[in-house]
Amino acid sequence: MASLNGATSDAPALSVLGLGKAFGDRVAFDNVSFEVGRGEVFGFLGPNGAGKTTLVRTLGTLIAPTSGRASVAGLALTPQNGVEIRRRISIMPESPGLYLKLSVAENLECFADLYQVPDPGPRVRGALQAVRLTERAADQCNALSKGLRQRAALARALLSDPEVLFLDEPTAGLDPVATRDFHDLIGDLRARGVTIFLTTHRLEEAERLCDRVAILNTTLRTIGRPGELRERLFARQLVIRTAAPLADPGAVFADLAAIEAWQADGQARYLLAVSDPAAAAPAVIRALVAADADVLFVGESRHTLEDVYLELIDEDEHAGAREADPR
Amino acid sequence: MNMRPMVSGRRVRAIFRKEVREYRRSGGIVYAMVVLPLIFLVQPVIVVFTLPANAGSLLSNGHLLLHMLGIPALVPAALAAYSVVGERQQGTLEPVLSTPVRREELLLGKALAAFVPSVVLAYAIYAVFLGIVRLFAHPSVATGLIRLTDIVAQVLFTPLLAAWSIWLGMAISTRCSEIRVAQQLGLLAGLPAAVVASLTAFNVIHASLGFAVGAAAVLLVLVMLGWRVASALFDRERLITGTR
Repeated sequence: MASLNGATSDAPALSVLGLGKAFGDRVAFDNVSFEVGRGEVFGFLGPNGAGKTTLVRTLGTLIAPTSGRASVAGLALTPQNGVEIRRRISIMPESPGLYLKLSVAENLECFADLYQVPDPGPRVRGALQAVRLTERAADQCNALSKGLRQRAALARALLSDPEVLFLDEPTAGLDPVATRDFHDLIGDLRARGVTIFLTTHRLEEAERLCDRVAILNTTLRTIGRPGELRERLFARQLVIRTAAPLADPGAVFADLAAIEAWQADGQARYLLAVSDPAAAAPAVIRALVAADADVLFVGESRHTLEDVYLELIDEDEHAGAREADPR
Repeated sequence: MNMRPMVSGRRVRAIFRKEVREYRRSGGIVYAMVVLPLIFLVQPVIVVFTLPANAGSLLSNGHLLLHMLGIPALVPAALAAYSVVGERQQGTLEPVLSTPVRREELLLGKALAAFVPSVVLAYAIYAVFLGIVRLFAHPSVATGLIRLTDIVAQVLFTPLLAAWSIWLGMAISTRCSEIRVAQQLGLLAGLPAAVVASLTAFNVIHASLGFAVGAAAVLLVLVMLGWRVASALFDRERLITGTR
């Protein structure tokens, strides 16, 4: 049901349709469409300058789109709804942006008042507890490491109990331990049902944390669950390794109905395109044994999200090069 | 229907409190706030102590103390000029603008944080000077200097000049991308008011009741105008992206 300001209780957390932003002639992002469900952790990937941060700022009402429309936390993205949208969301920018001369608690108290959080004391303590920073509450932010500053910034973003939490490159520049701690915190939020919109360069981070991911390179290149993207982009493959090269691999693989195509991949290593690796593997092993091959390894080739990402970005680069030089 | 007030006192107080805490913990800001008023204090004290006893009658024709209005004209200008561009350079502006805070609330909080200490400081320096003159200057010099009309003018013009200077500084701060440039421009913008006060003090501009009322009215209009201009110039997108 829609309220007076356009809010709907059953709307997705984010709904974006043909959204675009240009700064003069420079297009930051264009014709971007997607939806994020409530409670979903949604990853947004893309190279530097792809428009990720600009998109977050646009959805956060900090900058105005030049085309398209969107709804954020159930409200139409319009200048009139700016204050109400900002009341329902939180943005943690790439740089923590803490007041360094203030203590962690003073930073949080200030933001609790800006969000007009009722009874701010317990809320501040709860946010500090959620990011495991209670013992450092009285420390000036100057004295905190980068990892602890990121945690303090996350606590600040949690103060208002947001419907949608935007995390813009939250682990950029963190060491592996701080990154792991931050991932654990995001996991806790996910368990609590917070909708998270995460932009990141770290593909393993997106793969580990996100229900779905989108890859942006000015335009939206693809969107889906990490597994779906791999399947969509890459044929499923079985990898075979034998002790010695097969005398006649064509004869071994050609008669197997489950194999769509095969190719040698170096010495005594073969890649078999199959539609169902689990169903194909036993027949392949039987054929190899029948051919007197010493089988060292049979397994499904695993493409990572990084492979998907690089494939798409490479495609864009090649398309750009072709446009620049049509010969 | 949204019945929330346009300006939330709680948000204004939050910004005010944050600003004051930052001032207190920033040696540079405290130093800058104190040094300029001390110059305004020391120079007339030296003049007063070197005046002969018969200078009292000459002093009663001028308004020497009005040159202290330079304090509210100049001191808050530097604070106000830092307020927006400083946060922008520190990277703290984006998180604040991502909250439901309205630009009017943000500017009011920052303006109050520059206004209150500047006005208190200006009054305090003025009171110290009056005390020194009353206690240590020759009685005829003290009588010639300390006049009710000048004190009333000081009390009335101090907040007006401070407010004008703050809105001017903030308007500059919203449009500058360098802290130093903003502060220099802010000080320059405060200079005309300080010069008018000094010219009046030294009788170059003849002070009369009509002049005082007219100047106060003009300042009041400028203060209202300054608030609107600073608000209009405060553009979230420009401040975040540096474009538009």
